[in-house]
Amino acid sequence: MVIVYKVGDNVDTDLIVPARYLNTIDPAELGRHCFEDLDPEFAKSRRGEGLIVVAGRNFGCGSSREHAPISLKAAGVRCVIAKSFARIFFRNAVNIGLPVMECEGAAEAAESGDEVQFDLFSGTITNAKRGERYSAKPLPKSMQEIYSSGGLMNYVKRRLAQRS
Amino acid sequence: MVPAKDIDAANLCVKMRDFAKRHGVPLYEGGWGGIEHALLPEEGLVAPGMFVVGADSHTCTYGAVGCFATGVGSTDFAAALALGELWFRVPGSMRLIFNGKMGDGLMGKDLILNAIGEIGVDGATYRALEFGGGAMGDVSMDGRLTICNMAIEAGAKNGIIAPDAKTVDYVRARSGRALGLYASDPDAQYVETVEIDVTGMEPQVALPHSPGNVKPVSEAAGAEVDQVVIGSCTNGRMEDMRIAARILKGRSVRTGLRCIIIPATQGIYLQALGEGLIETFVKAKAVVSTPTCGPCLGMHMGVLGEGEVALSTTNRNFIGRMGHRSSKVYLASPATAAATAVEGRVADPRRYL
Repeated sequence: MVIVYKVGDNVDTDLIVPARYLNTIDPAELGRHCFEDLDPEFAKSRRGEGLIVVAGRNFGCGSSREHAPISLKAAGVRCVIAKSFARIFFRNAVNIGLPVMECEGAAEAAESGDEVQFDLFSGTITNAKRGERYSAKPLPKSMQEIYSSGGLMNYVKRRLAQRS
Repeated sequence: MVPAKDIDAANLCVKMRDFAKRHGVPLYEGGWGGIEHALLPEEGLVAPGMFVVGADSHTCTYGAVGCFATGVGSTDFAAALALGELWFRVPGSMRLIFNGKMGDGLMGKDLILNAIGEIGVDGATYRALEFGGGAMGDVSMDGRLTICNMAIEAGAKNGIIAPDAKTVDYVRARSGRALGLYASDPDAQYVETVEIDVTGMEPQVALPHSPGNVKPVSEAAGAEVDQVVIGSCTNGRMEDMRIAARILKGRSVRTGLRCIIIPATQGIYLQALGEGLIETFVKAKAVVSTPTCGPCLGMHMGVLGEGEVALSTTNRNFIGRMGHRSSKVYLASPATAAATAVEGRVADPRRYL
């Protein structure tokens, strides 16, 4: 069970982690600045609590920085559910192993503080507080494989080993 | 990020340099290069028909020379290097047609800002965004690079313009590569077609805090500005330097305002020097910097303080993008930026041209 933290439409990667912290690639440091310009208290007060971020449309738009999903993951975010995702953020999240689920219904209904359960591969989302169940857009098999490998880095290593 | 702005950035640069040395990869650092998306077309490293991935969202710029070019994250990029392949979903195509005649002072930047205002910041999400129409013939290669550069600001996977004689001349002057000249089939299917008439269009301005919050300059004019930035992968090319110089020549930046002008590559810097543009800028009390992305993303060389306002030729004006979270950024063309630098408030450039 994870607790919902709700944000709006078009949350860009500068809001997820400002570029002034791109001089580091240390996940813990990036996690400390997650959502800093959106909600300065976020990383400080909620860190590690096992949150699920629920967003509106176009979550993660803007810069291709992989620091954005890394920062969310390091801040203790377990999953992001959104009405829709920006393309590069979506890929990056899959690649670094941050669960992302596209589900209009769940994203519309959930409010901050709700308790939610999710299953990435089946796409099922349950909102305990509202007593509702939703089905997220199914993840293609290729992406499931990347998640199962523990991210793209491991997936590529395996592929390279198979080649040699 | 080069030359490094602090110790952490310098350490990342050391890693990058070591990696390049170990693998024998040419490094376009500092004095050797410039901003990627200006440098690659200038060096002829991208040419029509190529499929290009880059670890930056503005990789879509190269659609202006007829590439299918798209941004990815750094692990994706490493995977492409290691495997020589990457997975992609074939995007649906969307067509943006610019009809009519470009007026004086109107630039590629105005067209793309108007289009993003029209379709919204997620109006082209996951789509291949094809720009065309009669007005595109009047847009310079520099202007086309600006247009494709900001396709990502509408969420597109790529932006592309079918190569014409202008494209071929541009690429031929820079590259000996074989050209793959493709155009969409006459009966091609589009998910959506949007037509925009540019005749009589005013210069456009994106108000804080979204590239989709676009108004004609007459509705934005008068807003006070602390800093003007002319540069970036969007607008740091020769055409941009020239129009800024045309407006700043014999004039001065308004007292109390910082005007930062950044040629996007060493080549552009040198050409601007040769044409006397840099002298014009310095005499007008502008700050001229070595090629850098610096202020665009609030990294260095023009970071905004609390409550400060900038008008910039860059591509994003999200909250905190150029500095403090309470700062504000207006986006516009280099012509509008130069006029704004003279007046100290958002200004219509057409009276200076």
